[in-house]
Amino acid sequence: MATVSDVSVLRTADQRDAYLKGLVQTAQAAVPESLALAEVRSRAASFLNEQTFPSIRQEDWRFTDLSAMLAIDFAAAGESSVTEADIAELRLSETAGAQVVVVNGRVSRELSQLNGLPEGAIVGSLGDRPELHSQLADRLAQASGNHEVFTALNTVGFADAVVVWLPRNQVVETPIQIIYVSQAQDNPLFVQPRCLVVAESGSALTLVEDYWGNSTATHFTNAVTELWLDANAQITHSRIEREGAGTFHIGKTVVTQARDSQYIGVAAGFGAKLARHNWEIYQAGEQTTTKIYGLGAISATQHADTHSLVALSHPHGIVEQEHKAIVDGKAHSVFNGRVAVAQKAQLTNARQLNRNLLLSDTARVDTKPQLEIVADNVKCAHGATVSQLQSDEIFYLQSRGISAPQAQRLLIYAFAMEILDKITVETLRSRLADLISQWT
Amino acid sequence: MINDNSEIILSVRDLRATVDGTEILKGLNLEVRAGEIHAIMGLNGSGKSTFSKVLAGHPDYEVTAGEIQFKGQDVLELDPHDRATAGIFLAFQYPLEIPGVSNRDFLRVAFNAHRKARGEEEIDVFDFDDLIEEKLDLVKMDVSFLDRSVNEGFSGGEKKRNEILQMALLEPALSILDETDSGLDIDALKTVAGGVNQLANADNAVVLITHYQRLLDYIVPDFVHVMADGRIITTGGKDLAKQLESRGYEWVLEEFRAGVTA
Repeated sequence: MATVSDVSVLRTADQRDAYLKGLVQTAQAAVPESLALAEVRSRAASFLNEQTFPSIRQEDWRFTDLSAMLAIDFAAAGESSVTEADIAELRLSETAGAQVVVVNGRVSRELSQLNGLPEGAIVGSLGDRPELHSQLADRLAQASGNHEVFTALNTVGFADAVVVWLPRNQVVETPIQIIYVSQAQDNPLFVQPRCLVVAESGSALTLVEDYWGNSTATHFTNAVTELWLDANAQITHSRIEREGAGTFHIGKTVVTQARDSQYIGVAAGFGAKLARHNWEIYQAGEQTTTKIYGLGAISATQHADTHSLVALSHPHGIVEQEHKAIVDGKAHSVFNGRVAVAQKAQLTNARQLNRNLLLSDTARVDTKPQLEIVADNVKCAHGATVSQLQSDEIFYLQSRGISAPQAQRLLIYAFAMEILDKITVETLRSRLADLISQWT
Repeated sequence: MINDNSEIILSVRDLRATVDGTEILKGLNLEVRAGEIHAIMGLNGSGKSTFSKVLAGHPDYEVTAGEIQFKGQDVLELDPHDRATAGIFLAFQYPLEIPGVSNRDFLRVAFNAHRKARGEEEIDVFDFDDLIEEKLDLVKMDVSFLDRSVNEGFSGGEKKRNEILQMALLEPALSILDETDSGLDIDALKTVAGGVNQLANADNAVVLITHYQRLLDYIVPDFVHVMADGRIITTGGKDLAKQLESRGYEWVLEEFRAGVTA
């Protein structure tokens, strides 16, 4: 058990180095032989050798303090005992036959149901697909932005990976759902879910990723999902984070888009004690469309941080981004949204909006929209607002017979639904709508 | 329609109210009976809009003295939503925009809040759709209005018609229309006035707050009151409005001052 003085000692630079090394070792010990993947893993390991565990002195972590983790000795997951009854309510009717269940970072063959997929589409554990390993050289851990400590930590030691791979021109109508379940064990757990999605040229899919946990136990999820959209491919993606109240959730979603591809993503976060989502989209061709929508709804002492980057490097790119946060209690929401428009990205049309709703005097929001424009012939707009519920709006509703608490719920619901309405999977959208309507 | 034996809907006595510590209403008296249409006129700053907001229970206004009774019930003790479900309706001068809430949902939630307050079952989505679509004709609104966010992107006339639609749906005993005519073109004014005339009956009452006599060509009042300095200084019939239109307010104010000093 660490005491207060231990914690302050641990905060020194040396201790941060040591703590990261400990995490690396724990992660490496969890790697199975079937997923040795020596080359990518050793590259990540060398990178990590030069890194330390982040502190708030680094600009990227200025508002998100991870030092509470330093006092926790996380261990790798052992055998789990998640049953159908535990996860039945997470299954969506639309995704029947296209559901991967990942328990504490490992694909569960018993709980996954994959009998509804068309021939040619690959969905499952990467460990079961040795024939793919030769094709991974350009994909796995190859996206820009991999040189980041938590992404590399995942690469060095993920114990299993979900792979979704669509061949050319394959359109999968059934949305594919990945349920990541965190189940508490005796020790604080360190779990590293990994997912690789490859949509080859002209293919299309809808992906739902749902990070879920219902325990209050101390837990660390470090997740990475890489999505590759080849030319003219389309992915519609929902990422839902509903982890348990004792969870540190750090997640990376990195999207690489070839020419004429379209990525539409919704990321909604409700759970965890501390959540950080790094959402990075890299253009790799002309005329790509990127639409990303984020929602965070947090209360009590929760902390939620979204760092997004859309990097445009080719002409005729379209970017639409809206990120919203609802912050109650003493919760703290952070948004850092970079849109980088390089010289070659002429005729870019980009729009970014961040709106924050503060529900208490003790809630806190830090927001930093960043447009970095080098190209000279572009249309870019951005904005950020932080506001409370408007008393005039509440009075208007009251004057129609709606009580003040009901009026507040209605306004919060409306604020959230502008994002949740972008989710195309109906059952998921309505469940999250229910969650929001009962939220306060 | 004046009937001295009809029920007293609203009785305001010696009402004083402040906003941010400044007294705006300074001893206002008004009695409104069922079946009556009242117009309250007056210059800017006379307290007309404050009076309407105090009736509806706006939290920025503090009542410091006097009383308001609605059908014999003390209104000042009621929260705004309880005043609404009791039957007081304020049509706003500037109706609020509420992004993300569809007009249809807003109207249904409001309607069900009224039903619940009366101890009735909530109405379901389908029955409500039939009901509301019937009411649309009254204000010449297209059904597509229902699926837009409340007042968002509505023109001035559309917002005011939406207020009258709410009045038609909620069937209040007392409707206060706060400058509902301001900024309306003549067609929209006729539509709004037509709606109000159809809704006015022997059991309810309407209070029109307006700057302009023109509205009173389309909704004929039984009483015209002039407000100045936070109270009603004179009351007359519909001809008083015409006199105000042609002669302005100065003569009324002068008569009032003479009366006060005499």
